[in-house]
Amino acid sequence: MKNLTRTLAVLLLYAAAAFAAAEEAGPAVIARDAPNDAGGAVDITWLASPLEKEEGFKGYDVQRRAPGEEAFATIAEITPGEAVYQDKEAKDGVPYEYRVRALPAQGPPVVLGISGATASGQWFNTARTNALIGVIFTSFVIIFFIYRAKGGAELFVRKIAGLDAVEDAIGRATEMGKPILFVSGLADASEISTIAAMTILGKVARKTAQYETPLIVPCYDPIVMMVEKEIVRQAYTEMGKPDAFDEDSVFFVTQSQFGYVAAVDGIMLREKPATNFYMGAFYAESLILAETGAETGAIQIAGTDRVTQLPFFITACDYTLMGEELYAATAYLGRDPLFLGSLKGQDWAKGAIILALIVGTIFLIISTDLGLWFAKLFETAAS
Amino acid sequence: MRRELPLAICFIMGLIMTVQFFVPHRYSQWLFDNMLKWLIIVLTFAMILGIGNLIKLHLQKVQHRRRDWLYSIVALFGISASLVTGFGWGIEADTPFMTLYNYVQIPMQATMFSLLAFYIASAAFRTFRARTVEATLLLVAAVIVMLGRVPLEGIVGRWLPDLAEWILDYPNMAAKRGIMIGIGLGAISTALKIILGIERSWLGGGD
Repeated sequence: MKNLTRTLAVLLLYAAAAFAAAEEAGPAVIARDAPNDAGGAVDITWLASPLEKEEGFKGYDVQRRAPGEEAFATIAEITPGEAVYQDKEAKDGVPYEYRVRALPAQGPPVVLGISGATASGQWFNTARTNALIGVIFTSFVIIFFIYRAKGGAELFVRKIAGLDAVEDAIGRATEMGKPILFVSGLADASEISTIAAMTILGKVARKTAQYETPLIVPCYDPIVMMVEKEIVRQAYTEMGKPDAFDEDSVFFVTQSQFGYVAAVDGIMLREKPATNFYMGAFYAESLILAETGAETGAIQIAGTDRVTQLPFFITACDYTLMGEELYAATAYLGRDPLFLGSLKGQDWAKGAIILALIVGTIFLIISTDLGLWFAKLFETAAS
Repeated sequence: MRRELPLAICFIMGLIMTVQFFVPHRYSQWLFDNMLKWLIIVLTFAMILGIGNLIKLHLQKVQHRRRDWLYSIVALFGISASLVTGFGWGIEADTPFMTLYNYVQIPMQATMFSLLAFYIASAAFRTFRARTVEATLLLVAAVIVMLGRVPLEGIVGRWLPDLAEWILDYPNMAAKRGIMIGIGLGAISTALKIILGIERSWLGGGD
């Protein structure tokens, strides 16, 4: 046992010495396939030449040679101080050789080194591993709670004033004999917030069908218009009042942002709806819409996931669904266990994030390096 | 079948596009680029339906002399003028279409946008009345941030802009990030519900 330990210790010492030696004599030029890319790119890095300190140093040239070629061809000239280049013209599967030369003020170029690399595309972006883990964890938790809810488990959901007010707002419009205006944002049907808005529209349309209250749905996007027309039609059919559905109540306006605002403001001032819903994605027009609605005396319920527009809605509307509350509307209004389960799953995922924040803060208090290392675990490549 | 087929397509495409996000290979990029092209093609056809719907609506209004039908004539005239000039002379610079766009549409859009300045003032006046503790906090924070943006450094020193920056960088940013985390999780949850076929409102009614 003692011998084995001694042998291992000696081996470790040799390994450390070899590693240190390798580090000292590291190659001056390193070419390698660009990581996490679609292919066709090679990264070339090199150690700065001592010639850089000389006056009039011109920089470096990067050269490439494909198999079968005798001479190197210059593919880029690099200014002094730079030591990185990405060859984006490389063909996948071709083993290139790269040579970097320093260009002194006078005299011939000095070769820093030669390195070989083959470009290839990757099948997994390792810079997004943490995002994948996050998505799998969140999905697992949400699906777990959906199935738990399906099994009949009781799930508590806190009160959301904006969603509680939906029925009262529709009732008010019915009593006043005035229409309800529903604006589903200025994004297309691929936006999650637009889909959330469509879900709320379905619930609102059921109520308007029940009370036979006129509903006005001006649309910014033609695909959204078509889907919303079907949603409202279906709601009226389900409530047993298909004849009460007005085909023209859901209509396309324009895809010009302020053209749309002018049209909707005009509808508000002419039709004087008793209730205005603003659900979905909004931009600079949010306050113009909400203030015009406030001037007409309508009850206004807004919901958006655009953080920058939330203050405007909070200021000008009676109720505002902030961020995730917009997505929670389906679960809250329908009380369907499947939807409630997904809400619960979200809460648990949020709990995990809060835990990570606390751990990160403690690490940062203990040591800056530890805190930064922990924060780095959550960095994800955007593209 | 009317429901099952779209649900199946949604499930398969949802999974494929989720996987695509993690695969940088050129085949994956090719798929993504082609999906975007498909989206543009679908949108173009949908636009024809949208414009058709708009024209039909306004024509009916004029035909039946409904309330404010004169506005519909203006709308129909605008659509016709854009179509005729666009198809007749093209949309390059100095064509009648671009003249209409530059000298009619852009000034009208700018007019609507400029209303925002007045609405911010009226909304701020209504909100910043210190009726409750929360409204008072909002008022105080808003006054500090507004004054912090004004070049008063020579008169009151650096503390006011610094305080304004601190409010924006810490309490404001913390609240914003909290909301954004919730939005991110809500988006994942909604996307999952759509992929799994639990959320079906996008099919045109019926949960």
